[in-house]
Order: sequence, then C-alpha cells, then structure tokens
Amino acid sequence: MKKQDNRSYDEFIKGIWRDNPVFVQVLGMCPMLAVTNSAINAIAMGMATFFVLVGSSFLVSSFRDWIPKQVRISCFIIIIATFVTVADYTLLALVPKVHKELGAFIPLIVANCMILGRQEAFSSRYPVRLAVLDAVGMAGGFLLALFSLGAIREILGDGALFGMKLFGDNFEPWVIMILPPGGFLTLGVILLFFNWFKLKKDEFLADVAEAERGG
Amino acid sequence: MDNLPWIFISALLVNNFVLTYFLGLCPFLGVSNSLETSARLGLATTFVMVVTALCAWVLNTYVLIHAPYLRLICFIVVIASTVQFIEMLIKKLSPALFRAMGIFLPLITTNCAILGLAIFATNRGYGFVEGIVYALGAGIGFTLALVLLAGLREESELSDIPKLIKGTAMNLIIAGILSMAFMGFAGLFSSA
Amino acid sequence: MTSGSHMETAGPGSLRLVLTLAIAGLISGIAIIGIYESTLPTITANKARELREAVFKVLPGVSQMQQLVFRDGELVAAEELAKDEQAVYGGYDPKGNFVGYAIPAAGPGFQDTIGLLYGFTPKDKLVLGMEVLESRETPGLGDKIYKDAEFVGGFSALSIEPEIVAVKKGTKARPNEIDTITGATISSKAVVRIINETHNEWSVRLPQPGAEPPLGETEPVDTGEGP
Repeated sequence: MKKQDNRSYDEFIKGIWRDNPVFVQVLGMCPMLAVTNSAINAIAMGMATFFVLVGSSFLVSSFRDWIPKQVRISCFIIIIATFVTVADYTLLALVPKVHKELGAFIPLIVANCMILGRQEAFSSRYPVRLAVLDAVGMAGGFLLALFSLGAIREILGDGALFGMKLFGDNFEPWVIMILPPGGFLTLGVILLFFNWFKLKKDEFLADVAEAERGG
Repeated sequence: MDNLPWIFISALLVNNFVLTYFLGLCPFLGVSNSLETSARLGLATTFVMVVTALCAWVLNTYVLIHAPYLRLICFIVVIASTVQFIEMLIKKLSPALFRAMGIFLPLITTNCAILGLAIFATNRGYGFVEGIVYALGAGIGFTLALVLLAGLREESELSDIPKLIKGTAMNLIIAGILSMAFMGFAGLFSSA
Repeated sequence: MTSGSHMETAGPGSLRLVLTLAIAGLISGIAIIGIYESTLPTITANKARELREAVFKVLPGVSQMQQLVFRDGELVAAEELAKDEQAVYGGYDPKGNFVGYAIPAAGPGFQDTIGLLYGFTPKDKLVLGMEVLESRETPGLGDKIYKDAEFVGGFSALSIEPEIVAVKKGTKARPNEIDTITGATISSKAVVRIINETHNEWSVRLPQPGAEPPLGETEPVDTGEGP
C-alpha cells in the first residue's frame, strides 16, 4: 500500500482525469446532455451532484459497518434520495431561476448511476477519509466534464458564455448546439478526442516496449 | 389543456424521451447492440412505465398532497417494487423469456426515463388517462429510439470503421443525427 | 485493502434488516421534512413575487391583485383553490379600482407546451398584455414569442372581438389582428390560438363589466411599489 499522502492524492485525482466518470467511465449521461445547454446550468447541476455525492459517500462510509449487505442498495438509495430532495428544495429557495432551467433533472440526480455506483464500489468498503476524497474527485471530474460541455455548447450555440456575448452581432450562432442533437454530437466529438489520446498513448507505450526489447 | 393525441404523439416523436429529453441513455448506449434485445427491453420498459404512471397518479392524488416532499422517495420505491414484481411475474409465466431478458430487468430500475416520466407527469398535472397515454407514448418512443440505434449499429458492424471512432463516440454521433432527424417532427400538431 | 463491511457467518436476522431500513427511513424523513419546512417561506414568497411581476406586466397601471375562482356559478375571490379549480387574477389600481383580469393560458406550441398569462379588460374587450411563462420553442426562432419586443407589444390594446386573428407580418389592418413573427409563424399562431381558446372558456364565466369582485375580500397582494 502506498503512503497515506500519496494514496489520498491518488483517490482524489483519479476522478478528475484518469477515471473521469463521464469521459472514461461513461456514466451519468442523462443529466450530462440535458442540462449542458449553457455553462451556468452545467455548473449548477455539477454543484448539486457534488453535494449529493460527497454527502452520500460520507454517510455510507460512516455507517458501512452497520448496513447489512442484503439491504445495502435500498439504504444507499434512501440516503441519496434524501440528499437530492434537500438539494432540490435548497435550489428552489435560493436560485429559483436556475431551478426552473434544470427542472426535473434535479430529482433525476437520484438515477445517476455514477452516484449509486460509487457507493457500491467504494464508499461502502473504505474508511470515511478515502471515501470522501474519492467522492470529491469523482464529483469534481463530473463538474469539469459538465462545464466543458456546457461551455462549448453555449459558445457555439449562443455566442456567449455565462450569458455574456463573446462575439459581435455578426456572429451567426450554431443553434443546433444548444438543442438536443448538439448535446449528443459535442459529447461524441469529445469522446473522439479521448479515444485519439488513448490510441496515441497506447502507440507510444508499444513503441517504448519494442525499443526496450530490441535495445 | 393537453389533448390525448397530442400527449401521445408528443411523447413518442416530437419530444422523444431519449432523443429530445436525454432520458434512458444508459440502456440506449449500453444495450443497443442487438436489435432483438433492444426491442424486448423497450417493451419491458414500456410496461413498467405504464404501471409507474398509474401508481404515480394514485400517489399524487391521495397521498402526496399532504406530503409533497416525499414524492421522490415514494416514486423510487414504486419503481423498484414494480420492476421486482415484473421480474417475478416473467420468471413464473415464461422462464424462457426470463432467461433471455436476464440482467436487463434490474437495469430498468435505474433507468432515468421511468423516474423522469413520473416527475414530468406530476409536473404537468396529468390525470389518470393522460398519464397512461403519456407513458405509452414515452415507452414506445423509447423503444423506437433503441431499435433505431440498434439497427444502425448492427448494420455498421459489417462496415470498416476506423478504430478512432468505434465505440461510444460513434454511437453518440449517430444518436445526434437521429436526434436531428426527430426534430423534424416538431410542428406536427399545429394548425397552420 | 481495508474492507469495512464484515460478513457474519449466520447473516443478519430479518429484524435487523427491517430495523436498519426503518431507521434509515426515519432519519431521511426527518431531514426531508426539516428542509421542506425551513425553505417553505422563501419558496412561497418567490412564487408569489413571480406571479405578481407577471400580472403587473400584462395589466399596466395595476399595483394590487387578488386570486379569483369560478365557484358555484360566479367569480369569487379565494385564497385556496380546490382540486381542478383554475384561477384568474384580478388587478386593481392603487385606489382599489378594478383594472382587468390576468388569465393564465396554456396549449401546444411548435415544440412543446407554451404557458402564458394575458391581461384583459372586459370594459373595452381588449387584451392589454401578454407574458410568456413557459416555452420550449426553438431558440433563435420560436423563442421570439417572448424575445421580440414588437410581437409582445402587439398585445397591448388588442381587440378580442370576435377573436384575435394572426396575420402575415406587415398586414395588420384591424384592431383584432396581430402580425406574426417572420420565421416563427407557427409559434406566433400558437400563442394567438391559446389565448382565443382560453378566452372562449373564461369569457362566459366573467361577470358583466362593472360587476367585478371588489378588492379586499381576501388578502390583497400588495407590492407597495407600482408595476
């Protein structure tokens, strides 16, 4: 086992890039595409999911010794649903306009397979500190993914970022980007880049291995 | 306010649950490599949707008026129970079908399309009949999208696809084009 | 690898399972009820404010409003709505004189349902304003129904006798006609159709001009400031 510091850092950073829940694990798709038609919506959803994931992981990990295996999924769902309901009402009270934009997708955070998956795969088996770090990393990666998608779609589809116009009046926005097809296409293209990156990396590693064998 | 044909066609085509609302993407991308499996999963999902819509209406009308904040938890419990019940039912009635469907049934539980259906129907204040019609439209629309993608994927298996695009990236781009095609259904019901 | 959960050889009894779920449910219930109660005042206030703003937009000159429902054959002021009852809003000027009704309406648009509020004065049978509350129309095209100031402006002093007619842009000739938006004809016509249909429903329920429910039977919603 690595030293505690390295371990913590690793648990945290893996969610951001190496095991990014959206781009690598391809989880949490539904909210990904639906609320990323603008950067601010994407961030709001990312924060809500962050709250739910970290909170749930904290509780699940804290009580992991007490939850019998047979009912664990039900318990996870109860915990997650509670956090989601709290987030829902909090958003409705504090930022009603954002809540209206996100609409039904806030309650749908409950069905985000990423959150349930983390509880099952990680939080229920590891101590609180590691579980929370993992959650923060995953949620952070999710937030980054959401934001990049939202920013791209808003810039191309509306000519703005966070509502501020970036280009002049002559810019003809690519409206399809903020419509549903734009969501699919943008994510598809981003995954394409990830694939390309991975292919290049595999090629590089293969070259290195061959060089070592030959040399 | 909304009339039944509009509710049905809107859920089926104009505002397709998968291609417009982005619900049910996990099975859409994960399971659509076989036409037959997709069709079966779609039909099972449609059935669960109708039952869920019914239960949601009952809950909304009689229980949740007094405790709206319990809505989410109640819906989840209903969906999980329905799926469990259907699993047992299929196992008893047709073991062959059960074997064929296997792991897909529990997957329906986390399908956001079903929870989304319940929430949308609640937000729009759909009554008993409207809820069922909406569920039918949504379920069949879901099946339609799944079957379309599955068909396209099966076809593309025979083609020579660059390694770069293979996999989820390609499926998403195909889905994007499908979504664009479905946009053409907008305006189907307006009296011009 | 540390593993937190340990397997008891016999497995936990049913009582333990039920107890765990019950406790989880209880804690969850308390947390949810807690957040609900603590956010309820803010949420209700937000909703009321949004409604107020919309009503003041469609009924110029109004600074007070109250909710009206059609009950037992007449229009009365009411604070609570029974199931399936729909409400309209009466707008009153600072002196308490009746100005007009703000009537909510909804129906299918081009993409999805359009929800709107329109102001109506029965004295001259005129629509005074229109505010889109909900729309999923195409951005850049259909969404002009609330972004195009000219279109929205066309609803002030628009006659509803016998009904509003949507005409090609630039050809408005009569007081009950309104220009559609170029490139968004279907959405524009949907707005007109929605108002016409809703008005057919409500016009038979509205009392004669001059016989409107006076302000003050329920708690009037007063901003203090004007529209």
